[in-house]
Amino acid sequence: MKLHRSSGHLTLAIALLALPFIIDALLGHGWVRIADFALLYIMLALGLNIVVGYAGLLDLGYIAFFAVGAYTYALLGSPQFGLHWPMFVTLPLGALIACGFGVLLGAPTLKLRGDYLAIVTLGFGEIIRIFLNNLNAPLNITNGPQGISAIDPLQLGGFSFGSSYQWMGIKIDDVHLHYYLFLVFTLLVIFVSRRLEDSRIGRAWVAIREDEVAASAMGINTRNIKLLAFAMGATFGGISGGLFAGFQGFVSPESFSLMESIMVLCMVVLGGMGNVGGVVLGGVILVALPELFRNAAGPVQLALLGKVVVDPESLRMLMFGLALILVMLWRPAGLWPSSQRRREFDADGSVLEQEQETVYDASK
Amino acid sequence: MDILLQQIINGLVQGSVYALVALGYTMVYGILGLINFAHGEVVMIGAMIALTALQALLAAVVAPVLAVLLSLLVAMAVCMALGYSIERIAYRPLRNAPRLAPLITAIGVSIVLQNLAMMIWGREYHSFPLPFTSTSHQIGGAVVNDVQIGIVVVALLIMVGLMWLVHHTRTGRAMRAVAEHPAAATLMGVDINRVISVTFMLGSALAAIAGFMVSANYGIVHYYMGFMLGLKAFTAAVLGGIGNLRGAMLGGVLLGLIESLGAGYIGDLTGGFLGSHYQDVFAFFVLIAVLVFRPSGLLGEKLAERA
Amino acid sequence: MQICRFTLFAVLGIVLVACGNNETTSTAASDELVIRIGAAAPLTGPQAHVGKDNEYGTRMAIDDANAKGLMIGGKKARFELLSEDDQTDPKTATIVAQKLVDAKVNGVIGHMNSGTSIPAASIYFKNGIPQISPSATAVKFTAQGYNTSFRVMTNDAQQGQALGEFATQVLGLKKIAVIDDRTAYGQGLADEFVKAAQASGAQIVAREYTTDKSVDFTAVLTSIKGKQPELLFFGGMDPQGVPMVKQLRALGMKTQFVMGDGGYTPKLIELAGGAEEGTYASLPGVPLDNMPSGRDFSKRYEARFHQPIQLYAPYCYDAVNVMIAAMQKAGSAEPAKYLPEVGKVVLDGVTAKISFDEKGDIKGGAVTIYQVRQGKWSAVQTMGGAPAAH
Repeated sequence: MKLHRSSGHLTLAIALLALPFIIDALLGHGWVRIADFALLYIMLALGLNIVVGYAGLLDLGYIAFFAVGAYTYALLGSPQFGLHWPMFVTLPLGALIACGFGVLLGAPTLKLRGDYLAIVTLGFGEIIRIFLNNLNAPLNITNGPQGISAIDPLQLGGFSFGSSYQWMGIKIDDVHLHYYLFLVFTLLVIFVSRRLEDSRIGRAWVAIREDEVAASAMGINTRNIKLLAFAMGATFGGISGGLFAGFQGFVSPESFSLMESIMVLCMVVLGGMGNVGGVVLGGVILVALPELFRNAAGPVQLALLGKVVVDPESLRMLMFGLALILVMLWRPAGLWPSSQRRREFDADGSVLEQEQETVYDASK
Repeated sequence: MDILLQQIINGLVQGSVYALVALGYTMVYGILGLINFAHGEVVMIGAMIALTALQALLAAVVAPVLAVLLSLLVAMAVCMALGYSIERIAYRPLRNAPRLAPLITAIGVSIVLQNLAMMIWGREYHSFPLPFTSTSHQIGGAVVNDVQIGIVVVALLIMVGLMWLVHHTRTGRAMRAVAEHPAAATLMGVDINRVISVTFMLGSALAAIAGFMVSANYGIVHYYMGFMLGLKAFTAAVLGGIGNLRGAMLGGVLLGLIESLGAGYIGDLTGGFLGSHYQDVFAFFVLIAVLVFRPSGLLGEKLAERA
Repeated sequence: MQICRFTLFAVLGIVLVACGNNETTSTAASDELVIRIGAAAPLTGPQAHVGKDNEYGTRMAIDDANAKGLMIGGKKARFELLSEDDQTDPKTATIVAQKLVDAKVNGVIGHMNSGTSIPAASIYFKNGIPQISPSATAVKFTAQGYNTSFRVMTNDAQQGQALGEFATQVLGLKKIAVIDDRTAYGQGLADEFVKAAQASGAQIVAREYTTDKSVDFTAVLTSIKGKQPELLFFGGMDPQGVPMVKQLRALGMKTQFVMGDGGYTPKLIELAGGAEEGTYASLPGVPLDNMPSGRDFSKRYEARFHQPIQLYAPYCYDAVNVMIAAMQKAGSAEPAKYLPEVGKVVLDGVTAKISFDEKGDIKGGAVTIYQVRQGKWSAVQTMGGAPAAH
């Protein structure tokens, strides 16, 4: 059994290591870049999963933490202030500042529940974006809507992830290198998520999600535990943001719009709230799907109808919207729900109804 | 002084539009406890349908007043059908699903409607052919035109009508009953599905009216117009206390006033540091402040009065 | 079980993609040289109408070139267009750029916005592919040190300066209010306008802001009204310009209204319902009618796409022709071979006489000011070649 499992892990590891080269050979660099973004989004989705999936706090402004991480990295590693701090300083610092913002957001909003929390977090996300967009005067900090360009690539010692290398006759490009770097961070985030899930804290989050009053009666300090959820989620967002800034070499406020927050939430819910595997799946699908439709919309029409009737790009987003609806109708608990949720769902509708009334409408 | 008066008028007009759209959010929320994210897009579809109908009617040389009324009716009818279908297709099957599932389908519906509109009406902006000129009036140095007066009056009338409907009709009583306790309402012989469908259709009809008025006021229509408006209206609904009809009205008008006064005065008060570029920030700050002190919005959600 | 079904889905998807990719790699006859031109602009989202116009402009240049049967390096050239949607999103822009590189395009016309052109430029640079933007105006775009970045449009500094000089020196107005839409384009242009206007002794009595999604400007306009400016400059695009000028007039303000190239559109006149009379807007280059090759461009464009030119189509047309001229000069469509020639091209385009400075910016950078007169855009004055201020 044990042997079996470890050989499974080995296969998975080899597959993950070989993946960029397989994608590259089959589909080209563009798709490796998409895989890179998928990893960044998986990190984001896992961070949001802690807040929404574990602790049951609906956050619609999550992208703000991504923005904070990205701008921290950008400001400390670009010609903007002439600073070129190394990645092993800026990335953790970005995560720390994002964590601080998480607490800042969490503290005044803890009393709020469900949909009120949603709109406040939404507002918070917009406030951060608006400030980033406007802090170019009277004192130029963020360079306003122009964004910050020429950001230092991700570097460790003398090794830059932004360059190409020849290694044993194989050319390894920047998209491949970033893939491996992001993979390491993603695995780390997955590891932390899973450990948290099984820890006292993780159980406390679930308890709060299921019934806040009961959790409090059991001696859980609900305020601190909720704050911790915000802080942890924000930290993951901050790391992902720093990596994004180094990868893109350019950040501007338009990358951190409300639609991005909504997309990350879609990943969590569509994949399966509270389940790490499901969230990863959700991230992969929602990054890949629009790109798949981009390539498929034209040729499929050509094959079916003999000519391109509708602009492929109009059809692409239409199909994406339809896919969101259909998947949710088909699997309301997400594609790959956590085992606990699935049990509830399969076993007895009344359990779920009960849960619903308490989870989100605690004080209704 | 005339500047202040003008800013208050600006805020009232803008706020009335927010309020009308917010009513749609709040009605659905009051009954289902669901944020109907696609509501903003229903407003956009209403505007688009009204545009097409108005163009066709004017081309057929129908009397201007009749054309306006007819196109408004057509838009309302289409939106009611749309609201009904959205609920049947995207929300009803998920009524017993986890709470966030319908939120995702709502986002899906929103994307679909937007892109359908783009395919049907094209990517460009359209002018909204209002068949009469909207004359301006001077009130103590401030300017206000017919369309703006119309917006405020219609919003008020609809508000009063809706209150009457909810409190003095059979349907209204059924709506309140469902909002209060769905299971008990069923036992009392209320057809929940019917009530919910009626709510969606009512909300969508209001969305069509709002879409028409926004288009008439600004003179342009675009497939992307619903998103921001929906977001603002949703904020307004929460500000007033989502689920509460009077709250939606109050929240809408208040949000309009905060925006216009904030953009108009805070820049000068802070020496240009916090100017009109922070317009939305003021709105959200007020929202957060209100919710921190009154976690259920300004007027709260008095259960009996919800819906 | 569901995982199985899902894998099936994924495999199906990948197969579809593979088909899609194969389709584009149609083999050409050996005596024919297939040249792929990539185009990137937002084709969905709020700016889609301008983005599609860009695609049309590029397509027209490519069809014209194919019709002429150009020879490049002794082979008959056949041009193909690969148009991609970057959704005005910087992240999608880099994906699209990578895909165009993968598809082995010989050059790229795009992107439309500065926010997408800047991050995409690094990918084109790494792969040595020339990129000519028809409409990115941020100074930074060509200042990143990439020898692959060019533009056939003046930058914000050039255009802002021309507009500022026009307002203060030609119109002689010194009390000025400025609004921008807080986008890279609007803010960049407005800041340069303010600089130029202040240098000519103008007083900025109000600096207000809006967003590129707003339609209600009554609050900022009312605030501006109280400061009684003689001229209002708006850095932004026509979707905001239309309601703004309408509300400006509805508030009873007689202030002159001036916009940048974002305002010079047929839509502004079509949608503003008369309120736009007297509005000024600038457009880089000289009027189409003044260029020999430009005269029939708009006619042919309208006949072909059943809509008037929205904004940047002529610039896209010129950008393609610059690229083709460089290829002909080098006798090759290989990016590495013709790239050095792009900077040396001198071309009588439909928008202007085009040549580049050492950064890849358009040299001279004439800007023409237009005014709405009796419901039509008419050229007022060409602010000739102000030296590019960097």
